[in-house]
Amino acid sequence: MTPLLSLRDVVVEFPAVGGLKALLTPPEKRRVRALDGVSLEVTAGETLAIVGESGSGKTTLARAINGLVPLAGGQVTFDGTPLHESPDWHAIRRRVAMMFQDPVGSLSPRKTVRDLVLEPFAIHGLPLKDRQAKAVQLLEDAGLGPDFLNRYPHQLSGGQARRVGVARALALTPTLVLADEPTAGLDVSVQGEILNLMNRIKADHGLTTLIITHNLNILRHIADRIAVMYLGRIVEVGPVERLLTAPAHPYTRALMAANPEPDPTARRERIVLKGETPALNARPPGCEFHPRCPVARPDCATRIPRLEPATTGGQVACHYPLTQEPAPA
Amino acid sequence: MNAFRHTLLGRLLADPLAVFALAIVTLLVVSAIFADVIAPHDPTAMNLVDRFATPSTTYWMGTDNLGRDTFSRLLQGGRIALYVALTAVTISGLIGLILGMLAGFGPRWLDNALLFFFDTLRAYPTIILALALAALMPRGLGTVIIVVVITSFAEYGRVVRTQTLSLKNSEFILAERAMGASFARIVFHHILPNVLGPFFILAAMNLPVVITIEAGMSFLGIGVPPGTPSWGATLKDGFDYIRTTPWILLSGGLPLILATVGFTFLGEALRDQLDPRLRKTR
Repeated sequence: MTPLLSLRDVVVEFPAVGGLKALLTPPEKRRVRALDGVSLEVTAGETLAIVGESGSGKTTLARAINGLVPLAGGQVTFDGTPLHESPDWHAIRRRVAMMFQDPVGSLSPRKTVRDLVLEPFAIHGLPLKDRQAKAVQLLEDAGLGPDFLNRYPHQLSGGQARRVGVARALALTPTLVLADEPTAGLDVSVQGEILNLMNRIKADHGLTTLIITHNLNILRHIADRIAVMYLGRIVEVGPVERLLTAPAHPYTRALMAANPEPDPTARRERIVLKGETPALNARPPGCEFHPRCPVARPDCATRIPRLEPATTGGQVACHYPLTQEPAPA
Repeated sequence: MNAFRHTLLGRLLADPLAVFALAIVTLLVVSAIFADVIAPHDPTAMNLVDRFATPSTTYWMGTDNLGRDTFSRLLQGGRIALYVALTAVTISGLIGLILGMLAGFGPRWLDNALLFFFDTLRAYPTIILALALAALMPRGLGTVIIVVVITSFAEYGRVVRTQTLSLKNSEFILAERAMGASFARIVFHHILPNVLGPFFILAAMNLPVVITIEAGMSFLGIGVPPGTPSWGATLKDGFDYIRTTPWILLSGGLPLILATVGFTFLGEALRDQLDPRLRKTR
């Protein structure tokens, strides 16, 4: 089965120095690589969660998929259309909806909720017979009453604004939803409501979703598969349960172990990584994780690992993947 | 709840300073519009018998050296002041808006070039530029307006540029792009409405400045043509005869003070309502 979305060696670069200063900088240091050869496949109907620290390239990945940042290399194919060959973005963006991190900040501040949820129809020139009814229905699907129609974004709470964002993302029944930190800035009870809402909508419409998060507690509730990113590369991909219980990459294991456990009685191993995440323009040679890796061996500093099938399922980019189960919780 | 209370006018009327400012501005605008009806005398008619008349029931503010009624001249002068101020602010505002948006959206080199241009213009002293232009161009309101436009559009341009730059990279604009919104839609539906608030505040604050420039130029004799009833010209006449008939100068300054106070307070009240972040700490 061909995947709905596939990425091959995607590279995204940002200018690191600009203006006259760039002339004094060696060419290879003028740009930093935010994404360095990302390959990924998303099957229709599944939910893939992308996790990783801040700065690991999660947001850039989502933005590269719908063309908000240009690709410096690689291929992206969405439903048979190559997105790396300047496609008709207007048409693509009608089918690929995006949700941004800041629930209030991603809503145009001088528009009412009615205008905001109906905006996709205006953008794509789709006439509506009954604007009022459509707006009410979209809000209702997202769990908001019609009394919100005339409010402005600054009059909404984070959770309410997020629901408006969900309503708007789903207005044109997209094929793919890119959700960047859908639970950021929301308190735990509201996070739960939003996740339940997204799960319900996913089931109703058979949506394919790519969720970017660093909230590891939500993974089990929402994702089918997880991709772990480190320094603009994917280090491990696999089914949720496998990654949560038996991570193959030492970084995945450290990341999962760093997540606070809601159950205070649970005991588990703590893995403290050495040092800081290296800067994007000072990537270590070989495996980029080796300076911080607790199980690194000498050749890790010279050989770059590729994503290869892991014995326990999924793929991992590590020369010496962890085979044994981590200490029982 | 009364919806009026939440409209801009409703909120302005709840602010005593704004009510005061609105009253003065209304008075000035109404007296300028109906100057011909209100004026007890023809503002240009000379009455040599009644030269330097003291204020009386016939001549409310006295007469000048040619026996012209000062009150009627001031009413007519209000017309000129408001005409110059509104025209100049509109033209310079539009130029500033367009150039500011260009700088905000354009490539880096264009932004830098426009910024350099704005700063050069702003650094140039208004009155020197006014004198230079007046020497080159025929004396008249057109010259006054051109001087004001040249010296003030850079300020609008800077404000609009800053606003555009910060909005351009905001998440809601990114969200609009992600939905497939066209560049025109982003500019006219999402950038412009957010730029206009600070823009109108600046325009309101600039009106009194323009009125003073017109009066200043007319006072120096490089503004309105001789004989035209401008506030600045009245001040000049009064200044010449300050030892004998000080009331010409005093009454000539009155509308200028009213206009400056009224428009400045209105601008401040508007700013407080539209954009509380800009409020200066007092």
